[in-house]
Amino acid sequence: MWEFLQTYGPRLLDGALVTCAQFILAALVACVAALAAGLGRLSSLWPVRSLSVVYIELFRGTSLLVQLYWIFFVLPLFGISLPKFEAGFLSVGLNVGAYGAEIVRGAIQAVPRGQWEAGYALSMSPAKRMRRIILPQALVLMLPPWGNLMIELLKGTALVALIAVPDLMFVAKQINGATFRSAEAFGAALVIYYLLARVLITPAMRGLERAMARRLGRA
Amino acid sequence: MDLSAYPLELPESDRPMVRFMNVTKSYGSLVVLDSLNLDIQRGEMVSVIGPSGSGKTTVLRMLMTLETINDGVIYVDGKPLTHMVRNGRLVPADEAHLRRMRASIGMCFQHFNLFPHMTALQNCMEGPVQVLGLPKAEARARAEELLAMVGMIDKKDQHPSRLSGGQQQRVAIARALAMRPRIMLFDEVTSALDPEVIGEVTQVIRKLVAEHDLTMLMVTHQMGFARDISDRICFFYKGRIEEQAAPEQFFTNPQRERTQQFLRAVKDAD
Ligand SMILES: Nc1ncnc2c1ncn2[C@@H]1O[C@H](COP(=O)(O)OP(=O)(O)OP(=O)(O)O)[C@@H](O)[C@H]1O
Ligand SMILES: [Mg+2]
Repeated sequence: MWEFLQTYGPRLLDGALVTCAQFILAALVACVAALAAGLGRLSSLWPVRSLSVVYIELFRGTSLLVQLYWIFFVLPLFGISLPKFEAGFLSVGLNVGAYGAEIVRGAIQAVPRGQWEAGYALSMSPAKRMRRIILPQALVLMLPPWGNLMIELLKGTALVALIAVPDLMFVAKQINGATFRSAEAFGAALVIYYLLARVLITPAMRGLERAMARRLGRA
Repeated sequence: MDLSAYPLELPESDRPMVRFMNVTKSYGSLVVLDSLNLDIQRGEMVSVIGPSGSGKTTVLRMLMTLETINDGVIYVDGKPLTHMVRNGRLVPADEAHLRRMRASIGMCFQHFNLFPHMTALQNCMEGPVQVLGLPKAEARARAEELLAMVGMIDKKDQHPSRLSGGQQQRVAIARALAMRPRIMLFDEVTSALDPEVIGEVTQVIRKLVAEHDLTMLMVTHQMGFARDISDRICFFYKGRIEEQAAPEQFFTNPQRERTQQFLRAVKDAD
């Protein structure tokens, strides 16, 4: 085991770094897409609403792998070619963003009606009410489910190995192919994925939740 | 609905602060307010009382334009609130007109509805800064003055979750006043409070009546308080004004059978 890590450790680490990069970029895409589609679903303009529904339905109703292949293999046929790295995090981000949009929408709707009305009684415009009053409160409600989604997103990034993005999963498969030491190769990947989720994502989300609670004067 | 019978503007000689003119409100087939006519004069304090479901809250919410109306026109300071003039005719108001008009109206809610992510001071600065465009320093000075007026200046940096109900309601009153409204609406502002803190909120309202020339419309279940501070009592019953009179007259010599019943029932409950 020790000599396996000595030999392949650096490559696994490189793979883990690529996974981290994919994770961060996909998370950004997911945040933006979720916010846009979540707000879009609640828009009073029907074209905006329909566009959001189509996006959410399309990306929640089909598998991430198929979406990944579409973006990487099919879009070029329509003249949109993305490098594999970009195709990777974009697919994962858009897929998770569709789930995130429902979280955003649910959280916005869960903010008590009285908050809208209080902002209305102060003559705030709809946009100001959303930005200054509703979203900050919705954000607090979103965080716990959003934390789960981020862990799903990390796991989802493993699929980018299938379009040859050299992430952790890709490296593990390569090592396995070269050495047939499946237990060590995939065992190492398993542990690293677990550590990324438990040591990085979970504490980061907890920290955010605590910071939010402080802003509400609850801590 | 035919709007040609309604004036585009009330004449100088007959211009109450608020006029409900044949205002009807219904939810589906349920008629909540039936052709309401009600004037409120400048600086007048009118208390609205009546049994649950009689439409008291709805009157306030329509004036705040939180509810649309099905028929009639509401005028504020002689100008149509629910409608606007276009090509010499009244048409339903658009969002911009409503926002402009409701700037002169403030409202306090039964459940306070303070913004939980802001301190008391920030709650009171939000409207002036974001809506009126006041510089921060000026908004802060105004907010602090009002928080002092309601006796909450030493809690100005607390979030609502750290305040008692009575304290939250006083901050909510300061928040509404910070917009310098000419009309204030109070919807059962003491109903969600523990008995021992009701006094601190009614004290603030008494002060407003005594020291400001605000026009006020207040829904309340506190008969003694309404009698003390109102210029007029309006008794609502099933979406209509059953009786209205000056408080002395109203409480000592109610004319209508329903009013007498209601006052008896309220007295028995005490
Ligand atoms: N959004 C709504 N949809 C349907 N019906 C409603 C709605 N809001 C109010 N109502 C109905 O309108 C009527 C008047 O309600 P309103 O809240 O004005 O009464 P109220 O006099 O304030 O009563 P309370 O003393 O209980 O507060 C009630 O019958 C109520 O059920
Ligand atoms: Mg009510």
